[in-house]
Amino acid sequence: MTSQTLAEIDRVVLPAAGLDDLFDSLHAEGYPVLGPTVRDGAIVIGPITSSDDLPRGWGDEQDAGVYRLVRRDDDAYFGFAAPAGTWKRHLFPAHSILWRARVVRGAPVIEENEDHPGRRALVGIRGCDLAAVAVQDRVLLHGAHPDPVYSARRADLLLVGVACGTPASTCFCTSMGTGPSVGGGADIAMTELDAEDPARHRFLLEARTDAGRAVVARVSARTATAADDDAADAVVRRAGSRITRTVDNAGLPEALRAGAEHPRWDDVAERCLSCGSCTMVCPTCFCTDVRDEPNVLAGTDDRVRVWASCFELGHSYLHGGSVRPSPSARYRQWATHKFSTWWDQFGTSGCVGCGRCIAWCPVGIDVTEEIRAVAAGPTQEQGVADGRHDDG
Amino acid sequence: MSASTPRVAVVKFASCDGCQLTLLDCEDELLGIAGAVDIVHFLEAGGPVLSGPYDLAIVEGSITTAHDAARIRELREQAKVLVSIGACATAGGIQALRNAADVQEYASVVYAHPEYLRTLATSTPISSHVVVDVELRGCPVDKGQLLHVISAYLLGRPPRLDSSPVCVECKRRGTTCVLVAHGTPCLGPVTHGGCGALCPAFDRGCFGCFGPADTVNAGALVGRLRHDVSPGTVTRLFHTFATDAPGFREVHALEEVDP
Ligand code: SF4
Ligand code: SF4
Ligand code: SF4
Ligand code: SF4
Repeated sequence: MTSQTLAEIDRVVLPAAGLDDLFDSLHAEGYPVLGPTVRDGAIVIGPITSSDDLPRGWGDEQDAGVYRLVRRDDDAYFGFAAPAGTWKRHLFPAHSILWRARVVRGAPVIEENEDHPGRRALVGIRGCDLAAVAVQDRVLLHGAHPDPVYSARRADLLLVGVACGTPASTCFCTSMGTGPSVGGGADIAMTELDAEDPARHRFLLEARTDAGRAVVARVSARTATAADDDAADAVVRRAGSRITRTVDNAGLPEALRAGAEHPRWDDVAERCLSCGSCTMVCPTCFCTDVRDEPNVLAGTDDRVRVWASCFELGHSYLHGGSVRPSPSARYRQWATHKFSTWWDQFGTSGCVGCGRCIAWCPVGIDVTEEIRAVAAGPTQEQGVADGRHDDG
Repeated sequence: MSASTPRVAVVKFASCDGCQLTLLDCEDELLGIAGAVDIVHFLEAGGPVLSGPYDLAIVEGSITTAHDAARIRELREQAKVLVSIGACATAGGIQALRNAADVQEYASVVYAHPEYLRTLATSTPISSHVVVDVELRGCPVDKGQLLHVISAYLLGRPPRLDSSPVCVECKRRGTTCVLVAHGTPCLGPVTHGGCGALCPAFDRGCFGCFGPADTVNAGALVGRLRHDVSPGTVTRLFHTFATDAPGFREVHALEEVDP
C-alpha cells in the first residue's frame, strides 16, 4: 500500500445521509455499538443499531444544577455536550459480581467472574471522556494490579471520538487540555460538518489506528480535501471560543494543599448535600464498596462491588468511626483529590473538564469556583483540621 | 420442625400492614426457606398465634398507645433478635404527624366519639421503647433488603445494609436525575438508600419514605426545591412517611422562619 492510498483511507468524508454505512462497517467488523441516544429527557449512552438511534436534531442546555434537552434548529447528530450518562458504566460497571461461592458436593467452590463482552465500539465519545478513559486506564489497567472487571471490558474496545461543536456552559475541557477536539486514544476521530445545510451535512472521518482503518476502509466515502480539513478546524476553534469556564492549573495542586484549612471548605459544606451525585457522574471517579450478597435459596454467596462515594459517611469508616465525619472534610477530600493529590498518585489531574459534576449537582455547586476561592489564598480562620472539628 | 429450627414471629403495631404484605410477597423465596424457619406467629398471613419465646421477631408499626408500649416491651423480652420494619416502626410513620400537632384536636375532627379513644400524644418508633437489633426502613420495606436480613440471620452473619443516600443508588441504577433534568422535586439527596432509587426510575421524585440519610442538609435542599415549587409544597414533601425523623422534622421550623 502506498502512502498515498493510506492517506486516502485515513481521511475520508462521509455524507450525513450515508452515516449508516459507518454502523454497517462497525457491525461487519464485529463491533456492537454503544453511543448517545435520547432517553428520559436526556442524552444517555445506550446500544445503537443505526443512525436512527442517535439524538439527531437534539441539543442540551447545561448550567450549574440544571440540564435540559432542547430541540436544535438543524439535524446535527452530535449537537450536544457531555451526555447525562457516562461511558464509565460500560467499562467500570456500577454493580459487578467479583466472584460467586457455592457449595458443590459438600465443598465450597469459588467461581471467578469471567464475563467478557468482547468487541464493542464507543461511538461519539468526546475529547473529555476520551481523556477520562485514559485516566481510568492509568488507575485500573496500568497499575501493579490491573482490575480484572475493567480490563475485560477495556480490551477489544474501539473508540470513535467526535469533536465537540456545541459545548455547554459547564464545560472547561480547554483548561484541562482534553477538548474540544478528539485527543489521543481514539481509533477513529470524527467531525460533523455543516449540519445546518442538508446538502452539505457530512462527517470527516480520520482513522488513527489499524483497527480504525479496518472500519473506515469499508465505508463508501470520498477522500477529504483541504476545504474539509479547514471546516473541521473551524468547528473546533468555534467550540473552543465558546467555552467560558476555566481552571488555572498552574500551581493549583500546591495551592490546594496549602489551603487545607481554608474557611471556604466550611462555606461550601453549608450548601453541599453530601448526596454523592458529583462523584457518581464523574467519568474518572473509581471508588467502590465491596460486600457479600448471600442467596440462601440458591445456595450461593456473591462478592459484589458497587460504586461508592467519598461523600458518604461510611466511605472513610474505620474502627471507631468515620475519618471524615464533617461534610466540609468530605467536600475537601473530593476537590483536592481531583485537582491536587491525583497528580501525586497518578501524574495527571483527576479532572478532565467535562462539567458533569457542576450540571448534575442538585444545588449547583461549581467545583471550579470552590477551588478558585481556596487557591486564591489565605483567609485562615478556624479550619476543618482533620475533619475532626465538628459533628463527629 | 426440629428443635433447632428458629421460631419466628411477625408482629404488628400501629401501621397499614403494607410491610407484612412485602413479606408475603416474598412467597417464592419464603417457601424455599420454609424448612429453615418455623413461623409461629403471623396474624396477617392467617398463620398460627403462638406465644414466645421467639428466636426472631419481625415488628411492623409504631407505638401510639400505652397498651402497645407495654406489648412491645413484653415482645422484646420474648425475642432473641428483634427486627423492626418500615417507616412506622423505624420513624413513627405518617401517623407521627400528630407529634407536631394537638392529638385531641385531630381526634375530634376525625371521630364521632373521641372520648372512646385511649391514645398517646405521640407516635414513636420501636427503638424509642426497646433495643432494636436491625432496622429496615421504607414505606413499605424493600423486598430485597428484607430477604437479605432473613438470609443473613439464617447464616448467622450481621446483615449488610447500605447507608448510601438515594442519589447514589439512583446514579448506580443509571437513572437520569429528575430534579436536575426535569425540575421534579426530589428528596433523594437527603434520603437514606435501600430502595435502589425506585421512584426516580419511574420518573417520580423521591418522597423520602426511607427517612433521613446519614448526613442531612435539609436547609440547602429546601432552598433548592423552592426554585420549582412553593414553600408549602416543599414542607409537605418532607412531612409524609418519616415526618418526625430527626433531620426531616426540622423542616417545619424552616418554613416558619422563612415562609
Ligand atoms: S471533576 Fe467534574 S468536571 Fe472534572 S472530570 Fe469529574 S465530573 Fe468532569
Ligand atoms: S457537591 Fe453537589 S453533587 Fe456533590 S455531594 Fe455536594 S450537593 Fe451532592
Ligand atoms: S433523581 Fe433524585 S435521587 Fe436521583 S440523583 Fe436526582 S436528586 Fe438524587
Ligand atoms: S425513592 Fe424515595 S419515596 Fe421512593 S421508595 Fe425510595 S425512599 Fe421511598
